[in-house]
This record gives sequence, structure tokens and C-alpha cells, in this order.
Amino acid sequence: MKITRDEVRRVALLARLQLSQQEEEIFTGQLDEVLQYVEKLNQLDTANVEPLAHVVDIVNPWRADRVVNRPSPDAMLANAPARERDFLKVPKIIE
Amino acid sequence: MSLHSLTLHELRGKLKKREVSSGEATESVFRRISATEDKVHSYITLCHETAVAEAKQADQQLKKGGEFPPLLGIPIALKDIFLTRGVLTTCASKILGNFIPPYDSTTGRKLKEAGAVTVGKTNMDEFAMGSSTENSAYAITRNPWKLDRVPGGSSGGSAAAVTADQCIAALGTDTGGSIRQPAACCGIVGLKPTYGRVSRYGIIAFASSLDQVGPMTKDITDCALMLETIAGFDPSDSTSVNIPVPPYAAFLNSDVKGLRVGIPKEYFVPGMQPEVERAVKEGIRVLEKSGVRVEEISLPHTEYAVAVYYIIATAEASSNLARYDGMKYGYRASAGDLTETYMKSREEGFGPEVKRRIMLGTYVLSAGYYDAYYLKAQRVRTLIKKDFEEAFKKCDAIITPTAPTTAFRIGEKTQDPLQMYLSDILTISVNLAGLPGLSLPCGFDSEELPIGMQIIGKHFDEATILRIGFAYEQATEWHKRKPIL
Repeated sequence: MKITRDEVRRVALLARLQLSQQEEEIFTGQLDEVLQYVEKLNQLDTANVEPLAHVVDIVNPWRADRVVNRPSPDAMLANAPARERDFLKVPKIIE
Repeated sequence: MSLHSLTLHELRGKLKKREVSSGEATESVFRRISATEDKVHSYITLCHETAVAEAKQADQQLKKGGEFPPLLGIPIALKDIFLTRGVLTTCASKILGNFIPPYDSTTGRKLKEAGAVTVGKTNMDEFAMGSSTENSAYAITRNPWKLDRVPGGSSGGSAAAVTADQCIAALGTDTGGSIRQPAACCGIVGLKPTYGRVSRYGIIAFASSLDQVGPMTKDITDCALMLETIAGFDPSDSTSVNIPVPPYAAFLNSDVKGLRVGIPKEYFVPGMQPEVERAVKEGIRVLEKSGVRVEEISLPHTEYAVAVYYIIATAEASSNLARYDGMKYGYRASAGDLTETYMKSREEGFGPEVKRRIMLGTYVLSAGYYDAYYLKAQRVRTLIKKDFEEAFKKCDAIITPTAPTTAFRIGEKTQDPLQMYLSDILTISVNLAGLPGLSLPCGFDSEELPIGMQIIGKHFDEATILRIGFAYEQATEWHKRKPIL
């Protein structure tokens, strides 16, 4: 076994995903299978291989930091699950 | 011939000569959709009203005569992963079930500026995660050639819409094969350009080091026309590369004499459907007759590509999808405190495959595992990229099958994620190395299901693979076959 049900529970909390009992069970089996499969990478000695950072040679691009769009609070808040005046309304963060 | 069944370049010719209007072409496409959509389910959202208005505008411009933009009046479809200002964009997820973007993707904007008429937003696997379009929260798209088969995925809606003549051309996205594999399953042309060739701005992110936008079309000429419209540097996407865009369509000709094509032995593996192997090898012989020089090459790290991909893609996805927290936009579940709201919103908003990949990605990035999985995968990714660099010293392009089998049955692989992942085995390396890859039809199996041939090019050398594809197309008739619906 590469992964246990307890670990699945821990990872779900890290990912902020609530899982049902059934999902926990199914994911434990399926993730284990995939993790067993990716084990095959350990057949390769990569001690002297650099990890890939980018597929094409590009340098960090720069651009002027200026506003090019016209910020519209209404357009931005149109998709908000909850709104109060020009603010996003969210659950209480500090007790 | 009905207007909806024309290619982009054919319709463009007729519009230019004023034989037909964009209004007529657009209506023909919508009539076709009404007649076939119950069977195929290509679309999540249709934009009939705005399309008619856009077509009317195009017709006014056509009436004036003179120079007009390249796609003026052409009805196209966009995968529902492209942000469209004012038009519902779900990414086939419940979590974006009522999301109306406040801006357009750069590629969508470029198509609009080129005069295209947007027909609608096509179905896909949720967040582009899948190879069959069965992971959509909204509908299962069916393969127009055989309705009990998948259209491939994740851009299965775009592939089915082009195949069923429910649009003239479409855009998709490709992270591990999501343009090329459905193109192969449906018998159309699909191109994943070089990473950086096309802007990703306004595309809902899945795995940012792999995602790329590309055309899905009825033939190679259409593909070249679409590519030259969407390609180019975009200041809003810092990974897009600032080099000139060649006139791909004007460069097309069937003179491929002396071009060297490599055939990697690792891509013809046991377990592959024999008819697929036969059709692709026959396709290579057709090109040899046109003067292409063929030699066997080796890409020794091919067998590790799927493992590398499912570490890197899920790691990047778990990070990209952290934004769906039910706070600023998207679905919010009613729950108690903040953490509970996050957890329930994501539980109710995401489908099973998305959750599975978030879990895997979170695991491989979690404390203590990063070096063993993510870093290891990035090291092997370097080896895969080097394989191609070595191969391209000996050849100008590489030819392989696009997928190991033709379209599989709906439901056949849904219970076995690993089997589903393995259907991308021949397309994934191309994304890992950032190369351009083209799929085009090269035959049919005994059940009349299309077979795809993949042509892989050097970085930013889309022109050469399109030319090889064009030469093949000139010598064959596969691209002209249409399903009966």
C-alpha cells in the first residue's frame, strides 16, 4: 500500500475537500493504484539530471505596470456568491 | 451541398464572391444543430441570438466589399473553457454553473476581430480532465460516427460539433492530448501548437506548464487559417513567445520531397489496435510516395510519460483549482464556518475526476513527498524533452498514431481511471516537451470508426507539420468522409 485511508483524509483536509465515506474508500484504492504505477519513475537514475523549469527558452518578460482596463465593481461583483454594497460578503473569519 | 457542411476556406470563398451570406450560413448551422443535437449533445450553451446579430454585421461589411478580415462571417464554436464576455462559461463544472465572465479570452477576442460568428460553447470533460467527455457535469457527448461511442476528450464537444457540421470550425485546448485525441476519434484535424505559440489568457487554467489552445477543423487548410488568426505574442500571457507568426495557409503546398520523417519504434506497442497500426503505417507509405524520407528513430523514455504527466498535471491542477473556494465567484454551499464553507462548496461543486486529481496533486506536493514525486517527475520530463532534441537532429518531423485505439464505448473506462489515463499514452510526451502536434484522419477501422495519425514537429515549426499534413490530405480522401446522422 502506498497510501492509507488516514492519509487520504489528511490530504482531503489540505485540499479543503469534504469527502463522503464512500469517496474516501474509492479514492484510497484508486490513488494507491496510480501511485503504484508512477513508482516506475524510480527505475531511472536522475541524480545528474536537472529538473525541467520551462519547455522553451524564454527570459522573464517585463511590461509597464499600468491600468489598461476600466475597473467596474459591478462587473466584478456580478458573479459574487454574496455581496454587500461594493464588497464581497464572506463567512466570519475571526471569532 | 448544404452550407453547414462546407469547410472554412470553401465558405470564405463563397462569402467573398457574395454567392451566399453569413446570415444564410449561420442559419444553416443552427438548423443542423436543431436536427442533430438531440443525438450528439455537442454544446453546453448556444448563442443563436447574438450569432444572428454578428452574422448580420458581417454581411454589412461583406456588402461594402474591399478587404475584409480572414474569418468574416464564419460560424465557429468555442470549448466552454474559453472565457466569453457576457456568455455563460462553465468549464463543464457545477462550481462555475452560473459564471458569466466579465472579459474575453485573447484567442476568442482575436476570432471576433477576425469577423467570426460565435455559435456556442461546446461540452468537455470538467476542467478539461478526461479523455472521453464523460466527465462533464452537464451532458455526455456522443461520437457522431457511432452514438454508443465517446467522441474522445477533453475537447469532445468541439470535435463532435465539427464532425457533425454543427459549426464550420472550432477551438479546443490540449494539456495531454485533449485536441488531438478527440480529433482522431472523430476523424477531423486537430492541432496543439507549440507551448507559447498561442496566448492562454482567458482560458480556465488546468495545468499551466502544459495547457495550449488550438484549432479543430475539417481539413488542414482550415487549421492553418485558424492558427494564423489565433497565434502570436500576448502581453497578458507572459508565457507566450514574441516571434513572428508566419502566414501558415499561404505556406501550404504538397512539395515534401526530401523532408525527413522519424518513426519512433516505442509508439507501435503491443496492445495497440492492429487496424490503427496498419492505417498509420499505410499513411507513412503514402507520404513516402510523395518523396518524404522515412527512418526509424528511438524515444527511449516514452514509457515514463504517463507517470510524469499524472504527477505534474495533477500538481499544477491542485494549485490552479484552489481558487474555487466559493468566495469571489462560483458556487458557494451554505455551511457554518469558513473552513466548512470551503470544504462543502468544493465537495458539491466538483465532480469525481476533478476531486481525484486534486487529491493526487495535493498528495504529491505535500510535505515530505515533493522531492520523491514532483521533482522526480520534472527530472524525467527533462529526459523526455532531450529524447526529442536528439531525434530532431535526424528528422524534420515525427509520425505516430494519435491514439492506441479508435473511439471506445461510453462507460467502458469510467470505473478504471488508470485505463482512461493510458488512452493518452501517445499524445502526452508532446505536451511534456512543449512541441507542436497535429492529428489528421488516416483511415477507418472495420466498425467505420476514424483513425488518427499524429505528426509532431520541432518547437515553433507548425509550418512543416501542416505541410506534411497537407501533402497527405492531397493524396487521400479520408478527410472528406462524413458520418450519417
